[in-house]
Amino acid sequence: MKILVLISNVPDTTTKVKFKDNEFDKTGVQWIINPWDELALTRALELKKAAAGKIEKVAVAMVAEKDGEPTIRKALAMGADEAIRVDTKPKDSYSVAAELAEALKDQDFDLILVGLESSDYNGLSVGAMLAELMGINSVSAVSGIDLDGDKLIVKREIDGGYEKLDVQMPFVAVVQKGIAIVPLIPNMRGIMQAKRKPINVVAAQNIEPLVEMVEYELPKPKPPVKLVETAEELINLLHIEAKVL
Amino acid sequence: MSDKKRALKGGEFLIKDADYTQVFIPEEFDEEQQMIAQSCRDFVEQRVLPNIDEIDNHNLDLLKSLMKEAGELGLLGISVPEEYDGFGQNFVTTMRATEEVGKGFSFAVAYSAHTGIGTLPILYFGNKEQKQKYLPKLATGEYIGAYALTEPEAGSDANAGKTRAVLSEDGKYYILNGSKMWITNAGMADLFIVYAKIEDDKNLSAFIVERDTPGFKIGQEEEKMGIRGSSTRQIFFEDAKIPVENLLGERNKGFKIALYILNLGRIKLAGATVGAAKAAINYTVDYAKQRKQFGTYISNFGAIKHKLAEMVIRTFVNESLTYRASQNIEDEEAALIEEGTDKDRASIEAIRQYAIEASIAKVFGSEALDYVVDEAVQIHGGMGYSAEMMVERAYRDSRINRIFEGTNEINRLVIVGELLKRGMKGEYDLLTPAKEVAKELLGIPDFGSGSEGYFEKKHKLVKNFKKSILMVAGAALQKFGQAFQEEEEVIMNIADMLMYTYAVESTLLRVEKLSQMYDEQKLAIYKDILDVYSFDTAWRMYKIGVDTVNAFAKGDEQQGMLMGMKRFTKVDPTNTKDARRRIADKLIEDGYYNF
Repeated sequence: MKILVLISNVPDTTTKVKFKDNEFDKTGVQWIINPWDELALTRALELKKAAAGKIEKVAVAMVAEKDGEPTIRKALAMGADEAIRVDTKPKDSYSVAAELAEALKDQDFDLILVGLESSDYNGLSVGAMLAELMGINSVSAVSGIDLDGDKLIVKREIDGGYEKLDVQMPFVAVVQKGIAIVPLIPNMRGIMQAKRKPINVVAAQNIEPLVEMVEYELPKPKPPVKLVETAEELINLLHIEAKVL
Repeated sequence: MSDKKRALKGGEFLIKDADYTQVFIPEEFDEEQQMIAQSCRDFVEQRVLPNIDEIDNHNLDLLKSLMKEAGELGLLGISVPEEYDGFGQNFVTTMRATEEVGKGFSFAVAYSAHTGIGTLPILYFGNKEQKQKYLPKLATGEYIGAYALTEPEAGSDANAGKTRAVLSEDGKYYILNGSKMWITNAGMADLFIVYAKIEDDKNLSAFIVERDTPGFKIGQEEEKMGIRGSSTRQIFFEDAKIPVENLLGERNKGFKIALYILNLGRIKLAGATVGAAKAAINYTVDYAKQRKQFGTYISNFGAIKHKLAEMVIRTFVNESLTYRASQNIEDEEAALIEEGTDKDRASIEAIRQYAIEASIAKVFGSEALDYVVDEAVQIHGGMGYSAEMMVERAYRDSRINRIFEGTNEINRLVIVGELLKRGMKGEYDLLTPAKEVAKELLGIPDFGSGSEGYFEKKHKLVKNFKKSILMVAGAALQKFGQAFQEEEEVIMNIADMLMYTYAVESTLLRVEKLSQMYDEQKLAIYKDILDVYSFDTAWRMYKIGVDTVNAFAKGDEQQGMLMGMKRFTKVDPTNTKDARRRIADKLIEDGYYNF
């Protein structure tokens, strides 16, 4: 069995977002693996470790220019065996999914894990689009994946509970909370091996995006909050200041 | 990486100008080094900090299991060669890891003791069998290491220990009797590096002692002011039988091992203080941005900004000098290996070469951190005194750094003593530069051309600081002769002058190197740091120098040297208030130490 995890290169979640000429200002930004993708990769590596030999390889794929490679190497340091980089700047969900579908068409991955959303543009669409473009199954809201013999059992959140599915491979799983608890910390061996693992650079098809970014607007600064110590004080404030009681 | 050709020898900074191309700065860490640092940071944040209350509550099992986890990640074997199941990383990388783990309070102490003084004596001084037997276990965390030098009656005077070893009649064992105290990791360690004199030897020998050795006993946990979760105990030997093959290095040569390892421990301690200081700054700026008084966040007050900026400045300086010295050690080791010295010998010699810088880093780092945590508590106000807050722990945990790895007073004696010893041995010429300064004093002062560039001016200032040291130290030595070593107050002052000069020079070289990497706009904040620190150092140097001169000089000589102090510490007027505000503002905007 072969698993592929799609990863995005996103700004560290503590980054102070600024814009310059209606473009995200990258000055001084630290780049990381998108947190959902990092958890997806963690689960894939856990499965590989637990399934002694059943999972042949765990690869990662990213649509990024060369400056995304440090993030790819972080994924390799975590334990991914190899990487695919589609050599173009990611533009919108569709073009990313289409570039990946093209790059993966001759590959034989049984499972493709995609994080719920990227923490920068929060598009939430790449996973389902990719499955559609590749003509394979897709499962959303996945909060767990286990190996049962040669089958992959997928746990899905549904209203008030969960369901377990046996999905025909290959398929795309869009993963969310619960897939792994904490991201795996790269160990020293992994870090030192990362630079020797292959990154296969695939030329982009230059697929045109379907979405054009018109304008960005930063959220307004939050008004100051007042910390209230007692219930009486809160009732008074709601009554006298906010006049809602 | 810095230029691999030899930089200045240890201590030589006093008499020679340093070049920025020959220093390493933290901005030059490569991707792999950053990844290692990130793993250390993730481990501390994910595994250590959530458990820190429990660790400080003496939960040794938890501490030990976290050490094993660190071992599984490879973090205990970073500096151990690959042939012994380690990762053979270079010295600066291990320093970077030490910095990150330094944010882990008591865990950091356990980690440092294990990877430093617990492991390295075997790595550098062990024979092949000892290395093969113990290093893989230490590198993977199967064994935890400890180091036992101090005794109830032998602290700073370590060679005065009473623990004795006698060869057994059958010649198979050394029979050890005595006790050691303040032994970090004692409660969970599997092996101890123990120092004792064999029979009537003049000097110590070192032994590898396993925990289950008959006659070896471990005392109760000490209750300490800080680092409460690190295990600190007394250990006892009552006819403990140590196999002869566990003698580490040569008989009677243990004190040398102890000193080499201490030198290493000193610079590593400095690395840990860099990390701990950054963490304390982060906790504090976060609080200052949330705490409101008089209708505004306290981070908006000038008094708070002054403190925040000074915390940043001292941490930046600490980082600059610590990594400069670390790279010097690494480069020296590489150069010695290239010249044919074997790897272990080269490591030992390289550390010995920079013993002065290691002591400077230890003293500076521990005092910078103490300043940072003190102001961290102050900015937290009443909350800072609450055991709920991380800064309360940081405050208590910091204090030990000025005491262990040689007290700061012992280290100040080392700084001056080692420098003079090398001068005397002819390793370099201190006399001629001292005479030149004395001659210069009689001449007309150099007022400068007025057209020097920014860095040129700063270099001149640093050079003048050096002249002031040569002037004061030269005259003191002449005055006291052999009795100089009795004048500890003067020695402490000269050590401080050397330390501050090394600190400001290291900062200058870093900022100058940054000027080749950053545009003026990005560089400005670093120039602010350098401006404030060099200005403050000038006045500090002046006060210390004047005190020292007044301690021994009289009449014309005194007047001449007081004039000299004025001349050599003359610094351009600087608006340090505004510069500090800009530094604080960046810290506040970023929300964490990001310099």
